[in-house]
Amino acid sequence: MAPNKTASASGRKSAAKPARKDFNGGTYAEFDKDQEIKAYRDMLLIRRFEEKAGQLYGMGFIGGFCHLYIGQEAVVVGMQMSLKEGDQVITGYRDHGHMLATGMSARGVMAELTGRRGGYSKGKGGSMHMFSKEKQFYGGHGIVGAQVSLGTGLAFANKYRGNDSVSTAYFGDGAANQGQVYESFNMAQLWKLPIVYVIENNRYAMGTSVSRASAQTDFSQRGASFGIPGFQVDGMDVRAVKAAGDEAVEHCRSGKGPVILEMLTYRYRGHSMSDPAKYRSKDEVQKMRSEHDPIEQVKIRLMDKGWATEEQLKAMDKDVRDIVSDSADFAQSDPEPDTSELYTDILL
Amino acid sequence: MPIDILMPALSPTMEEGTLSKWLKKEGDTVTSGDVIAEIETDKATMEVEAVDEGVIGKLLIEAGTENVKVNTPIAVLLQEGESADAMSAEKPAQPEAPKANADTPAATSDAAGGKAREAKDEPASSADSKVPAAPKVDVAADPDIPEGTEMVSTTVREALRDAMAEEMRRDESVFVMGEEVAEYQGAYKVTQGLLQEFGARRVVDTPITEHGFAGVGVGAAMSGLRPIVEFMTFNFAMQAIDQIINSAAKTLYMSGGQMGAPMVFRGPNGAAARVGAQHSQDYAAWYSSIPGLKVVMPYTAADAKGLLKAAIRDPNPVIFLENEILYGQSFDVPKMDDFVLPIGKARIHKTGKDVTIVSFGIGMTYATKAMAELEKDGIDVELIDLRTLRPMDLPTVIESVKKTGRLVTVEEGYPQNSVGTEIATRVMQQAFDYLDAPILTIAGKDVPMPYAANLEKLALPTVGEVVQAVKTVCYK
Repeated sequence: MAPNKTASASGRKSAAKPARKDFNGGTYAEFDKDQEIKAYRDMLLIRRFEEKAGQLYGMGFIGGFCHLYIGQEAVVVGMQMSLKEGDQVITGYRDHGHMLATGMSARGVMAELTGRRGGYSKGKGGSMHMFSKEKQFYGGHGIVGAQVSLGTGLAFANKYRGNDSVSTAYFGDGAANQGQVYESFNMAQLWKLPIVYVIENNRYAMGTSVSRASAQTDFSQRGASFGIPGFQVDGMDVRAVKAAGDEAVEHCRSGKGPVILEMLTYRYRGHSMSDPAKYRSKDEVQKMRSEHDPIEQVKIRLMDKGWATEEQLKAMDKDVRDIVSDSADFAQSDPEPDTSELYTDILL
Repeated sequence: MPIDILMPALSPTMEEGTLSKWLKKEGDTVTSGDVIAEIETDKATMEVEAVDEGVIGKLLIEAGTENVKVNTPIAVLLQEGESADAMSAEKPAQPEAPKANADTPAATSDAAGGKAREAKDEPASSADSKVPAAPKVDVAADPDIPEGTEMVSTTVREALRDAMAEEMRRDESVFVMGEEVAEYQGAYKVTQGLLQEFGARRVVDTPITEHGFAGVGVGAAMSGLRPIVEFMTFNFAMQAIDQIINSAAKTLYMSGGQMGAPMVFRGPNGAAARVGAQHSQDYAAWYSSIPGLKVVMPYTAADAKGLLKAAIRDPNPVIFLENEILYGQSFDVPKMDDFVLPIGKARIHKTGKDVTIVSFGIGMTYATKAMAELEKDGIDVELIDLRTLRPMDLPTVIESVKKTGRLVTVEEGYPQNSVGTEIATRVMQQAFDYLDAPILTIAGKDVPMPYAANLEKLALPTVGEVVQAVKTVCYK
């Protein structure tokens, strides 16, 4: 596996742990051309999809809560590149990006956002509650922290069945303070369950900054008392995520138990569509966008290395926009669920 | 004065036990802390320690004697200077320390010791015991059991264990997890022997972290396994209720039918005896109000077995509410290779024509006793055991009410928003014209469960209240 100084699941702690504000502090595994292009395209799809979702929300097509993933794309795309078929993914309510990354269709996700029958949950789940058995995506959970125990249960099932699948449970810096997270850490390490806990530290639990909510802000060490190895990863660099993901997944697959990866990331938008984000400065957001944007980083590398021309990138961008527009059209024209669906899927 | 050593009560509900072994013989000197005997309750084998110093003057109960009542003198301890000859035939008028030996039961497996939630060392107060220990209860024939089937007297505890064992043999994806289910053999001995037969992979001891392990169970179920999650009691499931309701009950709907949680949450529910407010709540009404759950609350051992097997096979999350006091009671259970009962179907415990009583779980103990008393007064009760609270077999209740015109419900839970008030509402809406009297609902009192024996008795329903309610609706 590629050398990676940021995170080393084999050691107790990485030698070169990037400081919180020093996103380029590590030397990351290099991607080849295909990997760079895949990462670029997958992240771009999430970015454009979320922008469109925000737009549809503003137009009233999407109701309720809608939590956008813009800014955090490298986390889920990099992690997904480390997984193989059969590995499970579970997350909280900021879940659109995770679903697209697992290969769920943009149409199905967008139609669920608009509450239409072609949505992944027939319109009955909404933004926070979507699932795909086919893609091994287990939700989409609206209760902060619940997915951590559930994901641990998925890992339990893998071990019970004796397969080599790995469960990946994503949660935020806010959820990382929930009690059941530690109950789950304990059991996962006690039983050596194959699970990667991916803490997406985007600095704010809704409007509360990490420093105002957390006594220990180094989330990679939240499993220390259980002996769970944990690493901080530059979550804005898809290569760093992939490198850390590879080691963590390998650690799990070989039966050594859970790993915690703290992804240092940032969300550009508010907590949800209705959040004016008054708790942070515009400068802070702008600095992150201009200096650390996960998609721009790949774009620059692609051009620097001559792996893609401006035209090729534009063509890719258009492809992605087409997929997103198509999903939006579908999500607006697809009928609402039949009223009979009110009483279906309650019990089998 | 020689000291009588008394049969100790080693659990909140223990009323008798087996004196399985003496570890001291007559003439032996004992000091406090010495283990003098082993006592087997229906839950565990416990060691009995001496509290006082002296010489064993006489062993009054032979090793191996069963059904020794709590507080029966089992040995006489001689004090310094006393001789066996000095022992008079007459017993001390007042036992010196009724629970002397029970204060520090050195549990053979130590997990119970000192754990508040198990309250092992509280003696059951025999004065207000709600049911006699382990009597054989006769039940009307269940149409779901083929006529002529051989019946075997079985405790509810054994029936539950047998149901789990049979389903685990049948289906590799079924496993049990919970606190003390494996090595300890179950806090209430319900999972006894399962570890030995199925091993630690399928009988999983968990840390005392209900929220977390319930979530682990739901996650495993979402991926297609069939967990049986045991809560030591349902009181502790309040820690886990978010996972039960938000994750287990709602996922099928929220996923548009793609995935759900085929699993059972089971354990003792409701009041045991003298364990106070935090360990005595009946959750029947809570869970039965949640769409996406099935809720079963059996009374008899046959129902416990047949319905638990059904619950394990059910593709939905099933809340299976047991009762500690019923665990030791014996009922006839059909000897069948695969005895499975339908969830959602009430059982007519006894047919009658004058009045309908609807109850479930331990509520049935009040109902059956009231029924017997009312019979003496010439009132012919039709008693329905709901067995399942969700989906509720209301048609059976309505049919009965159409016949009798009168209805009383009986349960131990809180009175506001009880199962009884729900039944009353629905019967009022659907069979109003058939009612000859207002429906009366007997429930626990609207108070947290008190500890004091007299108050606890007042907080629970009584047979007398049920009798009075029936007479009231019969205008007698």
